[in-house]
Amino acid sequence: MATKRLSAIRPAAAFEQEYRLGTLASVSGLSFRYPDAGKWALQDIDLHVEEGDVVLLAGPSGCGKSTLLRCLNGLIPHMYPGELRGEVTVGGQKVAETPMASLSQNVGMLFQNPENQIFMFSVERDIAFGLQNLGVPRDEMRSRVDETMRLLGITDLAQRAPHELSDGQKQRAALAGVIAMRPKLIILDEPTSLLDPRTAMDVVGMIEELNHAHGITFIVVEHRLELLTPVADRLVVLDAGRKVLDGKPMDVLADERAGGFGISIPPVARLYTYLAKEGFKLPRPPRSPEELAQELQAT
Amino acid sequence: MTLIEFDRVTFVHQTGTVALRDVSLRVSKGETVAIVGENGAGKTTLVRHINGLLKPSSGAVRVDGVDTRKITTATLSRKAGIAFQNPDHQLFSESVESEVKFALRNFGFTEEAIAERCDWALNFFGLAEYRKTSPLVLSGGEKKRLTLACILAWDPDIVVLDEPTVGQDALQKEKLSQIVKMLQATGKTVIIVSHDIEFLWPLQPRLVVMSGGRIVADGPTGQVMADKDVLVGARVTQPQLLRLYLALRVRPDKPFFDVPTAERWIAEAAP
Repeated sequence: MATKRLSAIRPAAAFEQEYRLGTLASVSGLSFRYPDAGKWALQDIDLHVEEGDVVLLAGPSGCGKSTLLRCLNGLIPHMYPGELRGEVTVGGQKVAETPMASLSQNVGMLFQNPENQIFMFSVERDIAFGLQNLGVPRDEMRSRVDETMRLLGITDLAQRAPHELSDGQKQRAALAGVIAMRPKLIILDEPTSLLDPRTAMDVVGMIEELNHAHGITFIVVEHRLELLTPVADRLVVLDAGRKVLDGKPMDVLADERAGGFGISIPPVARLYTYLAKEGFKLPRPPRSPEELAQELQAT
Repeated sequence: MTLIEFDRVTFVHQTGTVALRDVSLRVSKGETVAIVGENGAGKTTLVRHINGLLKPSSGAVRVDGVDTRKITTATLSRKAGIAFQNPDHQLFSESVESEVKFALRNFGFTEEAIAERCDWALNFFGLAEYRKTSPLVLSGGEKKRLTLACILAWDPDIVVLDEPTVGQDALQKEKLSQIVKMLQATGKTVIIVSHDIEFLWPLQPRLVVMSGGRIVADGPTGQVMADKDVLVGARVTQPQLLRLYLALRVRPDKPFFDVPTAERWIAEAAP
């Protein structure tokens, strides 16, 4: 019974081919080495991110996640020197040949610590800052700022000074500044690490909403995989500068090699792996404890 | 024996914000206590009273029977080491090595002991290769480990870890978990402030939940985590394993496994 159900799931590749919306970000044969560093931070990375996907990027500290993010948003090679091989394109623009200002209309980045990103006297002026730099006309700027604040539920914070806000509010304010630029791709570096569990889930909900309703593509670096796997389309694991695993999140987590790469396998995924090893086949890898309970009770 | 005592503590910031409201808490020697709760609940403010960095606006904090207002922070620090949430607030020396040695010198250890303890701490936390490096160029996770190395080097009786897992990968988290168990085994009193419920669950500490500057629950992890109303109010979620157990319990006619069995399976599925 279970075997039959398993075979009913189409291979990911066939699914992707059928629903291909177009590649938004493309990394081909990418290697990068910082000046005076012996080791390559990234080695021969190929990664093609489809428009509308939420891609989770994981791996142990120092595996090259941050370097890859920098290659995608243009900080490498525009701000960080080093030896770069291969090519990165985002929204059809070659990152190495496109000025940062033009890239910022395609790629937005939310840094791990929102305090590094918000600095104006009020939340709304902070959101408007990037638009001002892009030369967006005043009326449009006003409407984009209002719309973004509504979208993230922070309209009541418009006049507040960013340093007075709680961590969760700061995170939203910083994300608003990124979203107002209307990038096609948003990169989040550990967006929930400073947040309490429910606020973290709110941020995950926001990612889901922006992805579903507005078609924004996300690349998210996160150590707490149990939070993001339910909304991610794909999980990419890096180790020592190389891409080592890439697939549907629960398939990657159920891969017996996954634990060896220093990523936190959520308890539910571990249980699924254990049960599978014991010959207890479930129809599909569960995304949450509740889903696992449902599958166990249905079997 | 009570080692740390908060006696009706209220703390008001200079801006007038009330961060702690009438908080009473007793921690015994050798206990492991985790403090959870929403952003801004007062968790960090609470633990900063333990080494006297903050003094109560009203009420009293006593550490080993001594009122923290009657003793210097420097003296209290020998007894209680705090690893801050943001390591940048703590690191200032020009090299990793001198950072670890700084407090040891202040506490009057001999040069021989300083060298020995510094070597132990740097090796233990995998930082030996950065000995001569500036702490400022370390990664977020490495800085966090350095703050821990600095504190464990002087071997305080009370170890306070404020959000220790932020920026740490699975291997480092596992190591942190081992460190907490080691501290428990050697009779240390450990206070952990954390949002990382999955990290706390296997340690099964005494769990204190804070919300709006007050303690709203206090008890064994399993018991407190089962109280959904309290958790929702404090913006805390249940760990995956407990959620699974509760979801399975909905159909008691089909008992599948209990929490300890599932924990054993999870351990066996580990790499």
